[in-house]
Amino acid sequence: MAIENAIAAVRFGAGRHPNFPDPSGTDEMLVALAGPDQMAARYPIDSFDVLFPLQREIRRLSREAKKDKTHPAHAAKREIYKNERVRQVENLRALLARWADTKDPLRERLTRFWADHFTTIGRGGLTRRAVSLHVEDAVRPNLTERFADLLKAAVTHPMMLVYLDQARSVGPNSRVAIAQPNRGLNENLAREVLELHTLGVGAGYAQTDVRELAELFAGLTVHMNEGFRFNRRMAEPGAETVLGVSYGNAQPALTDIHKVLDDLAVHPATARHVATKLVRHFIDDSPPPEMVSAVEGAFNDTGGDLMAVYRALLNHPNAVFGPLKKAKQPFDIVATSLRAAGLSGAEIEQVSVPDILRYVVNPMRRMGQTWEVPTGPDGWPEDEAHWITPQGLAARIQWAMALGDIPGLTLPDPRTFLDHALGPLSTERLRFAVGAAESKSDGIGLVLASPDFQRR
Amino acid sequence: MSDRFSKDRRNFLLKGAALGCSAAASPLLTPVSFASAPWDTRLVVIILRGGMDGLDVVQPYGDPALRQLRSTLSIGPDHGATDLDGRFALHPGLDALLPLWNAGQLAFSHAVSTPYRDKRSHFDGQDLLEAGTGFAPGQPAPRDGWLNRMMQTMPNVQADTAYAIGREDLLLLTGNASVANWSPETKLSISPQAQRLLEVVYDADPLFQASILEALELTSAIEADLSETLEDDDSAAMTQMVQMATGASRTTIKLAEFAAQRLREDSRIAAFSINGWDTHRAQAGVLDKGLGTLADTILTLKAGLGDGLWGQTAVLAITEFGRTARENGTAGTDHGTGGAMLTAGGAVKGGKVYTNWPGLREGDLYQDRDLMPTEDVRAYLASVMRDLMGVSARDLETSIFPGLDMGDVGRVLL
Repeated sequence: MAIENAIAAVRFGAGRHPNFPDPSGTDEMLVALAGPDQMAARYPIDSFDVLFPLQREIRRLSREAKKDKTHPAHAAKREIYKNERVRQVENLRALLARWADTKDPLRERLTRFWADHFTTIGRGGLTRRAVSLHVEDAVRPNLTERFADLLKAAVTHPMMLVYLDQARSVGPNSRVAIAQPNRGLNENLAREVLELHTLGVGAGYAQTDVRELAELFAGLTVHMNEGFRFNRRMAEPGAETVLGVSYGNAQPALTDIHKVLDDLAVHPATARHVATKLVRHFIDDSPPPEMVSAVEGAFNDTGGDLMAVYRALLNHPNAVFGPLKKAKQPFDIVATSLRAAGLSGAEIEQVSVPDILRYVVNPMRRMGQTWEVPTGPDGWPEDEAHWITPQGLAARIQWAMALGDIPGLTLPDPRTFLDHALGPLSTERLRFAVGAAESKSDGIGLVLASPDFQRR
Repeated sequence: MSDRFSKDRRNFLLKGAALGCSAAASPLLTPVSFASAPWDTRLVVIILRGGMDGLDVVQPYGDPALRQLRSTLSIGPDHGATDLDGRFALHPGLDALLPLWNAGQLAFSHAVSTPYRDKRSHFDGQDLLEAGTGFAPGQPAPRDGWLNRMMQTMPNVQADTAYAIGREDLLLLTGNASVANWSPETKLSISPQAQRLLEVVYDADPLFQASILEALELTSAIEADLSETLEDDDSAAMTQMVQMATGASRTTIKLAEFAAQRLREDSRIAAFSINGWDTHRAQAGVLDKGLGTLADTILTLKAGLGDGLWGQTAVLAITEFGRTARENGTAGTDHGTGGAMLTAGGAVKGGKVYTNWPGLREGDLYQDRDLMPTEDVRAYLASVMRDLMGVSARDLETSIFPGLDMGDVGRVLL
């Protein structure tokens, strides 16, 4: 049992912890997930709503400064943007603190999974550093609900509407387009909802479905002074047909958009797509078909009840058997290392913003993961071969060997650390190597750089 | 998706692991040899991720239908673009490359695309662009790239003949031929004892083992070359002198500097990518910035290679698809089909836009929406490989781009 519990901690959790026992099975993880979100309360991350008053302030300062770069209002504006850069790093630090302290680690892993499924990337202005605000508002509170709830929250959130250009899109026959003939439709969000968020690219939809969905979405917008808005003047009058179903009528309404998202959320292709992604993320880059079927079945049987979906994955007969096939992503390497080293969330919160940049953000970039800036809306790749490259592995090793540089972190004896970090998962060859290391930092580095630790 | 090391080596390791034999005893784990490749020309392939708008970069202003499709984009020579040949005008973001155009070292192929159609997905589009095959719907995702398959047809390819540069994975160079993967900002300095112990720890995991061996070998080779050449070589200093356009990405310029540095040594092929071409909104500004980076990248390569090597170099910049012929409602363009390819270098027969122009009138567009692709972009890639490195047409049309008909596509090289 010890080894299965350690696998559960690593495969579905935030890794092992020197003072917390491994979960006594996957049921314990599901029970914790069904309970309250304690880590979000202990290490809060702001809502996107905090940006609206700042946006009003920026407008005011811009009017005051006009084009004069020497005006004090211009400096005040720069200060606001600088504070957002700080906020972004503080939010990453809060995430690391959550991973360090949590006894509900499946929630942290699912947060990363769904944040990636609904990837947003900062655009200009205040959205540039706001990715984690979207995750905190839309993803985290909904990841134990129905997939439809998560989908609607993530897709209609201001950050997504800005990122995938929906906020500026107007129906070709909308009142706005008639008044301003240079404005019109943008199909970016509609395409990614079908391709990435719901059906998957292999499903049977066509360009006309993308187009009609884009027309149906027209009207979803953001007033950067106030927040989300459905603007009927931007909406396309008349019904739109998506996958053969007609939505809406002459009077555009937000409920029609919710209706199409509800339908897409329970489509069998969506069940297949989500199930495949979950198994690929948690189990194996080549997802075992029987596990995909089990998860897909639970999705279809319950209309996308996510707790039932997770139960089908975690309670699958093969869920806690080795070997561990996945390569951890750089964020997971950092977070599970700090947790294994026994650094508490409170101690992590003491690390300064410049030090987080130096010891976390920059090393992660060298490992191939520029925080919150994947290359596109499809998020980070899953394949082990994407991450374990000569340059990527070199950066992982370099970071592992320098763990002790992190302020506030005292390196334990490497043999003790090996036991804490891996316990029954460590191999004979790693135990030999750690015992033969010529320094404490090399010994710790060997543990962290080993495939035993790098895989999950 | 890809193997990071020569796949024959990895396959051996995987088999070795399965048989339980010690990989450390394997003759294939002796240090990778670095020696000159058997040809002298240099090829650089740049993947422009996001779908570059060919109609804005090389603007068909001579086509009267353009103005009906676009009001604020593809502004033409009256508004700052430079006339190239009476039909096409160059976006001002590439102004820094005009001297190359005038010197006959810059060419474009227009109304080109891969055979990928209709779903207009970036991610499938890029995978297929890099794979160069697997376009029939329902075919399994390709596992190797056309540039790697080209190397498989060449004799005496060495471990550092081709470099995939940057932090990301590059399907384009993945496959059975040995390829070096490195990012210029990566360093690896560990004690000899830690290195030996890491090799022990990685012995049972072929992916980790192959990666660490390559990392160690590349690090020492790169450092050796640097200490040898830096003092008497003014190319690095030349590179610094390239004027950076506003907003050019430093990260990308570093990739180009590293590529030039490797190509001055024994490497013959380098590939990397530049992001940021997905211009759904406010295209004028976004494209200007991307083109500035692309121009500086090419000038950095030119400066880094020096006049002699530049004379036998071709740089190809390709993208997964073009964009809609019409401007969308947010001063941008959406995912389209036909687009443009850029070719630069001293080996190029430049100063020319190669195209079988389809027109932009109603009925000319693909699905009443996109620039109609009239030529397969792979035919241009193939013709460059044939003329630059002597790859046979038979290899190009069978193993490198299976099923491709090169036809009478223009000869882009001198």
